[in-house]
Amino acid sequence: MSGPLLNLPAIRAIYRFEMARTFRTLAESILSPVLTTSLYFIVFGAAIGSRMGEVGGVGYGAFIIPGLVMLSLLNESISNAAFGIFMPKWSGTIYELLSAPVSFVEIVLGYVGAAATKSVLLGVLILATARVFVPYEIAHPVWMVCFLALTSVTFSLFGFIIGLWADDFQKLQIVPLMVITPLTFLGGAFYSINMLPPPWQTITLFNPVVYLVSAFRWSFYGIADVNVVVSAGMTLAFLALCLGVVWWIFRSGYRLRT
Amino acid sequence: MAVPVSSPAHPDIAPIVAITGLDKTYASGRQALKRIDLEIRRGEIFALLGPNGAGKTTLINIVCGIVRPSAGTVLADGHDVIRDYRAARAKIGLVPQELSTDAFETVWATLRFSRGLFGKAPDPAHLERVLRELSLWDRKDAKILTLSGGMKRRVLIAKALAHEPTILFLDEPTAGVDVELRHDMWQMVRRLRDSGVTIILTTHYIEEAEEMADRVGVIRSGELILVEDKATLMRKLGRKQLTLSLRTPLPRVPDALAGYPLELSTDGATLVYTFDARSGQGDLAALLRRLAEHGIDFHDLHTQESSLEDIFVSLVRAGA
Repeated sequence: MSGPLLNLPAIRAIYRFEMARTFRTLAESILSPVLTTSLYFIVFGAAIGSRMGEVGGVGYGAFIIPGLVMLSLLNESISNAAFGIFMPKWSGTIYELLSAPVSFVEIVLGYVGAAATKSVLLGVLILATARVFVPYEIAHPVWMVCFLALTSVTFSLFGFIIGLWADDFQKLQIVPLMVITPLTFLGGAFYSINMLPPPWQTITLFNPVVYLVSAFRWSFYGIADVNVVVSAGMTLAFLALCLGVVWWIFRSGYRLRT
Repeated sequence: MAVPVSSPAHPDIAPIVAITGLDKTYASGRQALKRIDLEIRRGEIFALLGPNGAGKTTLINIVCGIVRPSAGTVLADGHDVIRDYRAARAKIGLVPQELSTDAFETVWATLRFSRGLFGKAPDPAHLERVLRELSLWDRKDAKILTLSGGMKRRVLIAKALAHEPTILFLDEPTAGVDVELRHDMWQMVRRLRDSGVTIILTTHYIEEAEEMADRVGVIRSGELILVEDKATLMRKLGRKQLTLSLRTPLPRVPDALAGYPLELSTDGATLVYTFDARSGQGDLAALLRRLAEHGIDFHDLHTQESSLEDIFVSLVRAGA
């Protein structure tokens, strides 16, 4: 094998291309999630939240912030990354990617890197917006950034897999809509799982989103439904699983090379 | 003065593309390519001819890494396209048949993207040269969706040239392109060849192969049935016909002329003589003398040479 091990200009090219797409579609990609989240804060935080008690010593408005950030992060990571790789497949421009001197490593770093960057930006924007409505503190800022980045990367990778798998627009939408949205709503974004009846407390532990929300909330307020180490472990395990699937897809040529 | 190594007249040097025993069977069971062996010479224009569905695009896509072969090897400038794909693909540029472009990107951005994707450091001067060569420079900041079909085709060519490939694949470069633009395209391809790029094009416009190619390969139902210098092919398979309009119709070809492959039209007014182009004009003069000796007079004559198209049609028909 000759030549460099990693095609750095290719990673840069894909990353720049994807980021350019983000800024071209600023309204849909950044502003609309920020607006949606603001609506949640107005309804749940200010209107309803003022009539609700504290959860684990934290005001309800502040309590839901980490969960809401996760809600947007998950949806946006998945749909951005899925769309990013689905579009070239759909428009036919994927030929260039497939005929370029790149391996799946460059493709994933470029596409997933850009999608994750966008998600982190979005997360920061939502947190800044939330500050307008509710005062909150961040107990473990370094861990908060780590969980934000880890979640963004993991779910961008998951979205990337969906984009590879989808061969029409319906399939592109179905997983975020039918799987991710219910899981996030039931993942403890708006409540602590201690508030559920006992059997549901156990069932809900099969929902991976519970771990994400719990860990993220811990980085803010030091309270968690599940042990933080377990949460981080579960997220890393999911990341590893996604990496394995992407590696397999490119190795086998599934849905890419005939 | 040294002979340039890119000269197609020197086939003895190592081929730039070497295809050996290439097979492709799709998951559907359709066998698209059957044991293809083909060598492309450095610096030539090679035209791959064949009817739709013959396997032209499959062959190109395997060399470029888009389709995986079932068996066989492909070397691009000495690099195996699978084991050493990075080095191999860096040498190759591909202009696909479909006008697949990033509609919302500008011409300049899409070129910069292509160059980066192929691992090259930015080189605005090179991209400018490419765009000027393709008469796209004044549209460099235009979004691709605002361009005409012919311009989009040229954008695809510019993208393929952005990383300075030494091998360029043009899959049906002039499909759906108007006559004037087609001639421009041909000129551009020749200039590229002159700059040292080896060009492999597929086409079903025989005119295109006849106009441009140094060598021609004919592919039919996944089999490469012929590879030949275009000139040799025309000479070998090209037949000429001499048509004589007789002053007085003949009831039949006179016995004395039975040695010649002559055909008489049903009304007896036209005599057609089919001969091999290689046999030259000597035969023709002899025939005319013999006709005069037998008092056969004519008021008009014309000769006709079969084109690559006739050759192609007869080849493809032969096996059908």
